[in-house]
Amino acid sequence: MKDEIKTSVSIIGGSGYGGGELLRLLLGHPNVEIKQVTSRSRVGEYVYQTHPNLRKRTQLKFSDPSQLEPADVLFLAQPHGQAQKNIEAYAKLAPRIIDLAADFRLRDADFYEKWYGEKHAAPEWLNKFVYGLPELRREEISKAGYISGVGCNATASNLALLPLVKAGLIDLSSPVFIEIKVGSSEGGAEGNSGSLHAERANVIRTFSAFGHRHTAEVIQEMGVEDVSLTMTAVDLVRGVLATAHAKVKQGVATKDLWKAYRAVANENPFIRVVKEQRGIYRVPEPKILSGSNYADLGFELDERSGHIVAMCAIDNLMKGASGTAVQGMNLTMGWDETTGLEFMGLHPI
Amino acid sequence: MSTVVCPECEAQVELAAGTEAGEIIVCPDCGVDLEVTGVEPAAVQLAPMEQEDWGE
Repeated sequence: MKDEIKTSVSIIGGSGYGGGELLRLLLGHPNVEIKQVTSRSRVGEYVYQTHPNLRKRTQLKFSDPSQLEPADVLFLAQPHGQAQKNIEAYAKLAPRIIDLAADFRLRDADFYEKWYGEKHAAPEWLNKFVYGLPELRREEISKAGYISGVGCNATASNLALLPLVKAGLIDLSSPVFIEIKVGSSEGGAEGNSGSLHAERANVIRTFSAFGHRHTAEVIQEMGVEDVSLTMTAVDLVRGVLATAHAKVKQGVATKDLWKAYRAVANENPFIRVVKEQRGIYRVPEPKILSGSNYADLGFELDERSGHIVAMCAIDNLMKGASGTAVQGMNLTMGWDETTGLEFMGLHPI
Repeated sequence: MSTVVCPECEAQVELAAGTEAGEIIVCPDCGVDLEVTGVEPAAVQLAPMEQEDWGE
């Protein structure tokens, strides 16, 4: 693609971890040019002073949000709650908007209020957005102007369940329990007393047994009503591992599961099945996914009881946030959905 | 070239030319070891594999 026809993109709220990851991806994307990156608190500073991995790759400086100019694509990487207050103004600046926060993930205003404990500021916009996980809504995203973000824990959960739900193998009359281990970058760049090194290092802490907000995305997208997500912080910076416990329908065997998982992997460039019989990496692990947009899926079935353990590992900042956002941009722009997302991760790491 | 069905995951597994009975091949999908038990017609069965156990 020639320089003069590159697509202009801007990022609102570029100083957080999600914004930094977006910058890293977009700077390497062959079809786009970053026009502006805003940060209310860091106006005038070079972006590499906040995101040091970008040094020598860009001389961009953070802009004042009030100076935002029109662009072809606008990424919203602000804290939750900001986008819904300003969406009318943003929509005047760009024909395509991709929000990374939770403002437009849910389609129903009452459902939003139930899970977020407050009324939505722009309920009329909820149905203008498409849920942004391509593995679930590729066709809709490719035709959409407004694409929502995805919750990192929700993404790991939804993808862990996807082959089972899509093939109709899961017994939805039984509850689904999803244990989720999460790294510290999920907490964002603002920090709190719990993110102090002395408190966070070496941690294995179940900080949310029930009721995490991302549960709503699993109910909405998977159609599974009786589902619980339990969150445990572990000593990682990046990474999510979702381990779902469910029952399969009577008569479902391992061979049926292989067919279902193989079908999902064949349809989705970033889905891999990890169920090895040899070596160290026999099941999905977030460790080797740092910086990559892959989601690794695995499963084990107790054929005697019908109890299935379905696993999904992702990098929360990539498949769980910015990587999926760029994948959504690729789809809505009509580009190959893997463009700019080819990094395959590191080993050892 | 002969094709067999993996007894573990039902993937289609191609046997390379010259494969002989008694050889161990690996399923490209699920990674199990398969012992070739016949070539005309081609047939395989699961071969024993070492299991991982860190619980002891």
